[in-house]
Amino acid sequence: MAEFEPVLSRNWNVPDSHTLKVYESRGGYQSARKALTTLDPDKVVQIVKDSELRGRGGAGFPCGMKWSFLPKDRKETFMCINADESEPSTFNNRILMERDPHQLIEGIMLGCFATKASTAYLYVRFEYINAYRILERAIAEAKAAGLLGKNILGSGFDLEIYVHRGAGAYICGEETGLIESLEGKRGWPRIKPPFPAIEGAFRKPTVVNNVETLCCVPHILERGADWFKSIGTPKSYGPKLYCISGHVNKQVCVELPLGITARELIDVHGGGVWKGRKAKAVVPGGISMGILSGNELDTKLDFEDIRKPGCLGLGTAAVTVMDDQTSMVDYLYNTARFFAHESCGQCTPCREGCAWIYKTMKRIKGGGGRIVDLDVMLQLANNMGIMPGTTICGLADGAAWPIKNAMAKFRPEFEEYIKTHQSGPKQITELQEAIFQGKTPAISGPSLPVLNAK
Amino acid sequence: MATAAEQTPMLTEQIREKIRAYIPRYPSKRAVTLPALHIVHEHFRCVPFRAMKEIAEILEITAAEVHDTMSFYGFFPQAPIGETRIWMCRSISCMLTGGEPLLEHACKRLGVHSGETTSDNKITIEFAECLGICDFAPAALADDGRIFGPLDEAKVDAMIEDVRAGRQEQGLA
Repeated sequence: MAEFEPVLSRNWNVPDSHTLKVYESRGGYQSARKALTTLDPDKVVQIVKDSELRGRGGAGFPCGMKWSFLPKDRKETFMCINADESEPSTFNNRILMERDPHQLIEGIMLGCFATKASTAYLYVRFEYINAYRILERAIAEAKAAGLLGKNILGSGFDLEIYVHRGAGAYICGEETGLIESLEGKRGWPRIKPPFPAIEGAFRKPTVVNNVETLCCVPHILERGADWFKSIGTPKSYGPKLYCISGHVNKQVCVELPLGITARELIDVHGGGVWKGRKAKAVVPGGISMGILSGNELDTKLDFEDIRKPGCLGLGTAAVTVMDDQTSMVDYLYNTARFFAHESCGQCTPCREGCAWIYKTMKRIKGGGGRIVDLDVMLQLANNMGIMPGTTICGLADGAAWPIKNAMAKFRPEFEEYIKTHQSGPKQITELQEAIFQGKTPAISGPSLPVLNAK
Repeated sequence: MATAAEQTPMLTEQIREKIRAYIPRYPSKRAVTLPALHIVHEHFRCVPFRAMKEIAEILEITAAEVHDTMSFYGFFPQAPIGETRIWMCRSISCMLTGGEPLLEHACKRLGVHSGETTSDNKITIEFAECLGICDFAPAALADDGRIFGPLDEAKVDAMIEDVRAGRQEQGLA
């Protein structure tokens, strides 16, 4: 394979990369000009379909196919761009929006042109404050230059992009949760079908795409589907932004061809595990995707290979490294707490399951665990999610996967921990409880009684 | 019987105008709920019940619907928060690199609990789930957009001084 040339991140280190002037000077908006003036929307869909671009948001659904699900006789289409990136240790969309907002705008233009949408809602999580400001400025700039608004480039195509800010809810990254939130309701995912392509935002056909997915589109149109398919591994084509964080020397986001191994990512791009230690475990794509153990590091991080060691999928390709001194109990406790906090509460198996798993982990961590707890947690994990068919969205699958993987790969460590950590009525540390309650024990003690105290 | 306080609207004409400006963006007025809550929150540093009622009137929905949406997100406080809000991350990357004890350190330094505001009304400190700034882990985010990290105890102290000095809205990358 030829030397890999980064495309998504090519402008990141250019001064003033967030301005229209710099973006255009580096060949920006050429794909949009070409598509709007010379191509048919269906042709754009076909090119993206041919490239086999898979969604970068987590599920890896083919983007072109998603676009072609829209009903042919539709009158109005909405585009929603999912920038509610909240998966722990993922930050690639933030950098894409902060450093190259016009690349995203061009991607949105092409996506909307292909799907005949004239309104796009860019749902940005509230915490991306700088990204929001940069985007607002970039959209205004593009509008002033005639790249947004009515009759863009004389093609008869109209487009308005509105930035819609979230309010700190993980579940709004689920596409129908996002749509509900956009409509001004609580972000509860909808039962599918109908899928958003048939009935989405404001009950109209809607496409929901991830930021990184759309950022790939201008490059596909510029260089062709064959170029895109020359990068990556079978069924997982194209460049991907990998985020590396945790116990590494360099916490960065790098663009690489899909299918790099976890080992290469850590050793070459993350500067190796910190303090000269070894990796004990690696989260391959945000915590909901499960966990790779230290001897599975040669797994390719693409949409297919990652399933072989039992992970849920590639997810957001956010790699979190844990060194050999990390306790897996701490890891599982942290993920359980995250999902207990972020479950939206709509489906009982998820709401109760996540909460009970968290309580159980809290007790284990505090020195009150029983071996049977591990089986109970596994049973809960096996019975919540879309896969066993008990919930509406995939949050519960994501909550269950770390448990399934941890039990399959690190069960002896948990048993050992339970046997050696029996400190009677003492629960998790006061600080841990306090952080969950939002209080600081050093000053006044926990505000609520500790659950499950003997 | 209506009291005098109830007769004077809480939201000024200027705020109402800001909210109304969002209405043409969406096919339904209800979709403006979240932008309206953000506008009110930005102005009052909280979303009081009366403001929700007035938002409901502008958007022609019920106050309960506004409250339903508001209360789903852990974002909107009912009592005013400080001039700047700091979120400290407790999710996996920050936890692994030592984030949790730093929240305790920051709280001690500020003399408040997590979720509370300092007596000079300058800083509200809270924990947060992943803030998407893991390249700075362990990290904190101020609600004017400033990112702090990678933190240690000394840097938490410096962050508190920085934030206490005032908001910096122009801090663009």
